[in-house]
Amino acid sequence: MVTIPAFLIVAVVIFGIGAVGVLISRNIIVLFMCVELMLNAANLALIAFSRALNIMDGHAFVFLVLAVAAAEAAVGLAILIAIFRNRETINIDRFDMLKW
Amino acid sequence: MMENEILTLVTFFPTIGVLLLLLVPGDRHDSLRSVSLIIAFITMLFSFLLWAMFDPVANGMQFEVNVPWITSLGISYHVGIDGISLLLILLTTILSVLCILSAWRSIATGVKGFLISILLLETGMIGVFCALDLFLFYVFWEVMLIPMYFLIGVWGGPRKVYAAIKFVLFTMFGSLLMLVAILFMLFEYQKYSGEYSFDLLKIMQMPFAYHAQLWLFAAFGLAFAIKVPLWPFHTWLPDAHVEAPTAASVILAGVLLKMGTYGFIRICLPMFPEATVTFLPYICVLSLIAIIYGALVAMVQKDVKSLVAFSSVSHMGFIMLGMFALNTQGMEGAVLQMINHGISTGALFLIVGMLYERRHTRLIAEFGGIAKVMPFYAAVFMIVTLSSIGLPLTNGFVGEFLILIGVFKFNTVYGIVAASGVVLSACYMLWMFQRVVFGKVTKSENEKLKDVSWRERMVLIPLVVLIFWIGIYPKPFLDRIEPAVKQVLERVSRAKTVEAERRFQIETELPAREAGSVGATGHVAGGENLCWK
Amino acid sequence: MSEYLFLVPILPLAGFLINGLLLGRLPRPVVSFVACVPVGLSFLLSVLLFFGLKGLPPDARVLEQVLFPWISSGFLLVNVGFLLDPLSAVMILVVSGVGFVIHLYSIGYMHHDPCFGRYFAYLNLFMFSMLTLVLADNFLFMFVGWEGVGLCSYLLIGFWFEKKSASDAGKKAFIVNRIGDFGFLIGMFIIFWQVGSLDFRVVMEAAPTMFVAGGALITAACILLFMGAIGKSAQIPLYVWLPDAMEGPTPVSALIHAATMVTAGVYMIARSNVLYLLAPDALLVVAIVGALTAIFAATIGLAQNDIKRVLAYSTVSQLGYMFLACGVAAFGAGIFHLMTHAFFKALLFLAAGSVIHAMSGEQDMRKMGGLRRHVPVTYITMLIAALTIVGIPGLSGFFSKDEILWKAFSSPYGHPVLWALGFVTAGLTAFYMFRLIYLTFHGKGRMDADTRKHLHESPKSMTVPLMVLALLSIVGGWIGMPHLFGVTNYFEQWMAPVMSGAGHDAVSHALAAGGGDTGMEVGLMTATVILVLVAILAARKLYGQTPELSTRLREKTPHLHRLLFNKYYVDEIYGAVIVRPLVNMSIFLWKIVDVLIIDGLINGFATLYNDISQTLRAGQTGRVRSYATVFVAGVVALVAYFLLG
Repeated sequence: MVTIPAFLIVAVVIFGIGAVGVLISRNIIVLFMCVELMLNAANLALIAFSRALNIMDGHAFVFLVLAVAAAEAAVGLAILIAIFRNRETINIDRFDMLKW
Repeated sequence: MMENEILTLVTFFPTIGVLLLLLVPGDRHDSLRSVSLIIAFITMLFSFLLWAMFDPVANGMQFEVNVPWITSLGISYHVGIDGISLLLILLTTILSVLCILSAWRSIATGVKGFLISILLLETGMIGVFCALDLFLFYVFWEVMLIPMYFLIGVWGGPRKVYAAIKFVLFTMFGSLLMLVAILFMLFEYQKYSGEYSFDLLKIMQMPFAYHAQLWLFAAFGLAFAIKVPLWPFHTWLPDAHVEAPTAASVILAGVLLKMGTYGFIRICLPMFPEATVTFLPYICVLSLIAIIYGALVAMVQKDVKSLVAFSSVSHMGFIMLGMFALNTQGMEGAVLQMINHGISTGALFLIVGMLYERRHTRLIAEFGGIAKVMPFYAAVFMIVTLSSIGLPLTNGFVGEFLILIGVFKFNTVYGIVAASGVVLSACYMLWMFQRVVFGKVTKSENEKLKDVSWRERMVLIPLVVLIFWIGIYPKPFLDRIEPAVKQVLERVSRAKTVEAERRFQIETELPAREAGSVGATGHVAGGENLCWK
Repeated sequence: MSEYLFLVPILPLAGFLINGLLLGRLPRPVVSFVACVPVGLSFLLSVLLFFGLKGLPPDARVLEQVLFPWISSGFLLVNVGFLLDPLSAVMILVVSGVGFVIHLYSIGYMHHDPCFGRYFAYLNLFMFSMLTLVLADNFLFMFVGWEGVGLCSYLLIGFWFEKKSASDAGKKAFIVNRIGDFGFLIGMFIIFWQVGSLDFRVVMEAAPTMFVAGGALITAACILLFMGAIGKSAQIPLYVWLPDAMEGPTPVSALIHAATMVTAGVYMIARSNVLYLLAPDALLVVAIVGALTAIFAATIGLAQNDIKRVLAYSTVSQLGYMFLACGVAAFGAGIFHLMTHAFFKALLFLAAGSVIHAMSGEQDMRKMGGLRRHVPVTYITMLIAALTIVGIPGLSGFFSKDEILWKAFSSPYGHPVLWALGFVTAGLTAFYMFRLIYLTFHGKGRMDADTRKHLHESPKSMTVPLMVLALLSIVGGWIGMPHLFGVTNYFEQWMAPVMSGAGHDAVSHALAAGGGDTGMEVGLMTATVILVLVAILAARKLYGQTPELSTRLREKTPHLHRLLFNKYYVDEIYGAVIVRPLVNMSIFLWKIVDVLIIDGLINGFATLYNDISQTLRAGQTGRVRSYATVFVAGVVALVAYFLLG
C-alpha cells in the first residue's frame, strides 16, 4: 500500500520542477508545459487525498482543473501564435510592452 | 401638479436635450446648434415660470419634492428651492442660453460634443442648486465636473490639458473630503436617530458636537473654498480661464464659482454654526487677502482673460466676506453679488471672447483704439466695466454697498480694508479698458475689425438690461433673498450667543485659574473644557 | 408742486437716452435740440420750483418726493427720493442755469467735432447726475449722483480718447475720485450704523442726540465725508486730477471742472452742516485744508503758461476758499461763493474757450498776445470775469470772497491765520488773473502767421452765453451784500432754515454776533481791496508794460520758478511714492507669490507624486518571469510564515 506521503512527495517534486521551469524558461511553450506540470502535480495531490479520505470531491476538482487547463492551453497557444506573427519570437523576455 | 414637477423639469430638461442631440448627425452643425439653443431657451422659460410661481414672502423651501431613491441607505431624490437657489438657477439658465449663442461660430470642431457638454453641465449646475439631499448634492456636484473637464480639455487653448487636469484635481481633492464628511454625517445621524438619511433638512435638526463640527466645517469648507476660490486655493482659476473657450469661461465664472459660496451658505453656515463662528476670523482674513491680492495681481496681468480671472478672485473675496459678516446686509449683499458677479464677469468674458474671435489674441498690448472701430462694442464694454467696478445704478454697486455696510458693522477694520478694494478695482479695470479701447489704433490688424453682429448683440443686450435692472430696482431680488438669508442667520446667531457666553466663561474663569498653580496654561485648558460634547 | 421734482433730473436723462441710443443717426441740429431743450426745461422747472418754495413760509420750505424704494435690506431702507429745500433750490438753479448756457455754447464750440452726438449725450448724462446729486434726499442716492458726475467727468475728460494724455487724465480723475469716495463710503457707514438711516432729514434731526458732540465717532465721520469732498472738489492732497482734466473740451472744463461738479464737495458739507457743527475738530481740518489749498494752488497758478491750466489752478484755489468758509462754519458764505464762482469761473473758461477757438486750438499763453482787437466781446467778458474773481468792489466775487474772509477772521471757528492765508491768496489771485489777461489780450501778438490769419471772434452761439454769464457775474452777488452796507443779505436769509441746524441756536447766534465789529470788517475789506489793486498793477507792470521784467524775474529766481512751473513736483512724488511701489508690489505678488510660491507648491506636489511613481515604476519590468519570481517568493514567504510562525 502506497501511503499519502509518497503521493505528496511525488506531487511536490513535480510541482517544484514545474515552478522552477516557469521561472527559468524563456520559451513560452516550455513555460506552458511547466504550468501543466504544476497543475498536474496539484491534480495528483487532489486524487491522492480523495482516495485516502474516500470522498469524491477531489475527483470532481481534478476534472474541473483538467478542463480549465485545456481551455487555458487553447487560448494561450492562440495568443502565442498571434504574438509570434507580430514579433517572430517566442522568447518571453521580449514581451514586456504591457508595462506601459 | 405643476408645483411639484417643475423643478425636476427645469433640472432635467437639458438632459432630454442631450438625448435629442444624440439623434442628430454630428456633421449637421447648424441643426445641432439650433436644437440645443431651443432646449436651453425652453429651460430658461421654465425657470422664469419658477420665478413667477415662487412665493417671495414664504419661509423655507418651495417646490419641494421628496422621493425615496436608494432606501436602504436613506438616499432620496429631495429637491426644493429658496430665494437664493431661485436666483442662481435663473442665472444658470440665462447664461447657458447666452453661452450657446456666443459659441455659434467660435466652436467649429466637435460641435456635438461641445453642446452635449454644455447641456449636461446645465443639469449638473441646476441640480446642485436645488438638491436637498447630501448624496444628490454630491452626485450633481461631480456631474458638473466632467463636462467642464472636457470643455476646457478639448476646446481650450494651448495649455488646455494642464489647465483641465489642474481644475479637476483641485476640485476632486476638495470634493473627496466633502464625500468623507457626508459619510461621517450619515453615520452620526444614524447614531442620533436610528435611521440612515442624507436629507439635508433632517440632518440640520441634529446638533453636532462642537469638535465634530470643526472637522466637518473644515472638510466642506475646503471643498467650497477651492471652488470659490478663496486665496490661496485660487491658482487653478487663472489657468482654467485663460485656456477655456469663451462659453466655458462664462459658465465657470458665472456659475461654477458660485457653487462654492452657495455651499457655504446652504451647508456650512446653517449646519455647523458653532464652527462657523470659530472659523470666522480666518475666513475673513483670507477673503480680505483675496480682495486686495486679486486686485493687485489683476492690475499687472498682460492677458485680458487672466485679468478678469484675478478680478474674480477679488470679487469672490467680497462675497465671502459679506457672507461671513453674519448680518442681514452683508449676507444679502453677498447673495446679490453672486448674481451680479455672474452677470458682469460673464459679460466680460463674452466681450473678451468676441475680441478673441476676431483677433485670436487676448494680450492687452495687442489692442488699443477699439472704440474707434467698434463703437457699440466699446459702449457695452464700458457699461460692463462700470458694473464690475461697482458704479451706482449698476448691479455691482448694490451688492458691494450692502456687503461693505454689513462688513463695516461686523468689523470696522475689515470694512475699511475691503472698501479699499473698491479703489483698486477701479485702477485695474480702467487701466485695462484704457489700453484696450482708448488710444489710437496702432496695429493694422485692428483697423478693419467688424463691430458686433446681431447675434452678438442678442448675447450682450440681456446682460446689459440685467445690469441696470438690478442696479436701479433691486427690490424684487432682495425681497426673494431676504427670507432665506434670515433663516441662515437665525441658526448662526444662536451659535453666536453661545460663543459669546463661552468667551465670557473663559474670561471669567481665567483669573481664577491664574491665581492657582495652573498659570499660563490655564487658557488652553479652559478652552478645551468648554468644548461642547 | 413736489410731484414734478423728479422731472428736474429726469429730463436731461431722457435727452441722454435719446442721443445715446440713437448715436450717430441723428443730424446735428436734432442732436443739439434734443440735448438742450430738456436742460432748458429743467432750468425753467427749477425756477418755478424756486418760486414755489419761496411762496412757502421760511420754516416750511421743504418739498419732498419719494419715487420708489431703491435698496432695502433688514432695516436699511434707501429710497430714490428728492428733496428740495433752500439749499438744493439754489443749487439746481445754478446747475441747470449755468448748464443750459454751456449747452448752448457747446453747439458752437463743438461744431466741427465728428463725435457731436456722443458729446451731448455725455453732457446730458452729467446734468442728470449733477441734479440728482443736489436733489437727493439721502446720502446714498446723493452718492449715485456723486459717482455719476465722476463717471461723466471721466468720459468727458477722455472725450478725445485717441489722445493718450486725455484718456490718462480721465482715468486719473476717476481713480483719484474713487480714493475720496472710499472715505465718503466709510463716513456714510458710520452715520448709518449710528443713526440707522441715511436720509438727510432723519440724520440731521437725530444726529445731535445720536452722536456725542465733539466725540471721536462724529469727528471721524465728518473727516471721512470730507475726504470724499477732497477728492471731488480737488483739495490737497487729491487735487492733482483737476489740472489734468483740462484735456477735455473747454465747455466741459467750464461746466464740470469749474462751475458744478467740483463744487459738489462744498454742497455736501453744507448739506451736512449739522454733523460738522457737532465736530469742531473736523471743521478745523476742513478750514485748514481749504486755506492751504487756496494759497498752494494760487502759487502754482502764477507760473503756468497753459491758459486752461491757470484757470484750473484758480478753480482749485477758489474751492479752497469755499472750504475755508465751511470750515469756519460759514456754510452760507461757502454756498454763496459757490454760486458766484459758478458764474465767473464758467465765464472765464468759456472765454478761454473762445480764445482757444480763435487761436485754432492753441492754449499756450506765450503764443498769444494782443488778442483784444480781434476778439473784443471775449476780451470784455473775460475782463469782467477777472475783475469779479479778484474781488473788485461791486462785482459778485467781491461780496462772496469778502464774506468768507470776514467769517474766517470773525467766526468762533475762525482764526486770524486762516484769514491771513485767504488774504494772501486774494493777492496772488489778482496777480495771476491779470498775468493771464495781459499775456493773452495785451501786448504784441506772438502767434505764427497762419494762426494770425484765422483769428476771428466766435459765433453768436458762443458770445451770447458769455454775455449772459458776464451779466450774472456782475449782479449775482447783489443778493448777498453784507449787513455792513445797511441792506438785507437776502442770500443769508434764504439759507437760514437749512444752515441753522436744529439745536444749534448757540452757534448761529455766535455767527450772527461775529458780524458786530463793523470797524474791523471795513478795515479788513479795505486792506484786501488795496492788496488786490497792488497785485493787478504789479501784473500790469510785469506782463503788460515791460515784459522783459518778468523774464528777468524768472531768471533771478530759477529754482522757485521751476518749482512752481512743475507744480511742486507733486505728480512725480505721487508716482514715485504710491504708483510705482504699488505696481512693483503687484508684479512681486504675481511673479513671486502667485506663480513661484503658491503655484510652485502645488506643481511641486504634482512633481513629487510623479517622481515617486517613476521610482516605483522601475519595479514593473513587464517581464513575466520576474513577476513569477516575485509571486513564488511571496508564496514561499507566506507558507513559511504560516508553517514556521
